[in-house]
Amino acid sequence: MAEDFNASKPIYLQLADRINRQILRKELETGQKLPSVREMAIQSGVNPNTVQRTYSELERMGSVESKRGQGTFVTEDQYVLNELRQRLKKEQISSFFEDMKEMGFTEDEMVSGLKEYISGEERGGTND
Amino acid sequence: MRSGVEQMIEFNQVTKKYRSQAALNDFSLTLPHGKIIGLVGENGSGKSTVLKLISGLISPTKGSVTVDGEPATRKISSRVSYLSELDAYYTFYTVGETVDYYKSLYSDFNQSKAEEILDYMKLDRSKKVKDLSKGNRGRLKIAVTLAREVPVILMDEPLSGLDPMVRDSIVKGLLSFMDYEKQTLIITTHEIKEIEPILDMVVLIKDGTLLKVEEVEELRIEQNVSIVEWMKQVYQDGGMGK
Repeated sequence: MAEDFNASKPIYLQLADRINRQILRKELETGQKLPSVREMAIQSGVNPNTVQRTYSELERMGSVESKRGQGTFVTEDQYVLNELRQRLKKEQISSFFEDMKEMGFTEDEMVSGLKEYISGEERGGTND
Repeated sequence: MRSGVEQMIEFNQVTKKYRSQAALNDFSLTLPHGKIIGLVGENGSGKSTVLKLISGLISPTKGSVTVDGEPATRKISSRVSYLSELDAYYTFYTVGETVDYYKSLYSDFNQSKAEEILDYMKLDRSKKVKDLSKGNRGRLKIAVTLAREVPVILMDEPLSGLDPMVRDSIVKGLLSFMDYEKQTLIITTHEIKEIEPILDMVVLIKDGTLLKVEEVEELRIEQNVSIVEWMKQVYQDGGMGK
């Protein structure tokens, strides 16, 4: 988890994105307590005020809840988690779609290309 | 700068001359509490002079420097912990003796914190300072500087000349052991990439004058630039305008 951050994009959003993905992958389970701000700062090598900002942002998004005096926890609200999942899916698809369109691919080419990729024909050995 | 934040370190129209050469020129700057601040600029731009003035090691030729409203004279060392660019310990001491020595110098020195940092940095207490690698001497300096319970910690080039592994352990060490609710940390460095994720603010100086002060995350949000990119831009503009 010691990957570098992109130094020209807001770190608080990059960290929020990482944590959201961990929640969706269930590396962080519903109701689980997130590391304290200091622990998270040390783990990810970023400024503690940035981590605080990340936690506030995640709270605003609904993926975590802070309980007074106890810390920050992954939400147990399945509806919110499902929405998060759908939103991230949509964001990813939309950026894929815009990139492909910019390069002049048709919608059919995108769909068939994606299907081929998934069925493994074009996929190299490095998928994760 | 945000209002309501108590201002802690203040430079008021400071000029510092060494013989006839000005190292700082009509330099004014106010820095708040509880931040990690990077002081950046070319070689010879006056970074070390700024730190030495805050620590009271040198005094301004003109103008004033204050910490919490108090003039930064030699007495200010009770509030300021300063890590020099140079090696500042006796090489015939062991690591353990160096810690004891610092403890005898400063009443605010927290021995148990120093021990924790030594463990974290994996420093052998029985080893003589002269037998330590350059990296471990760098770590030892960090340990004794961070172990003081003072509101201001100054570090002049703590990463300079150290390999990436050591630099990483020092950056993590700063995050682990600094009391960021009570302490302000000011670092001068050329290793900006390593330090930038942990900075709150960056202060850019050139030829002894202040070019700009920015909140680092705001640079990324508003201008989509890293500190290095921003520095280049500001240097090109000569620091004029926004």
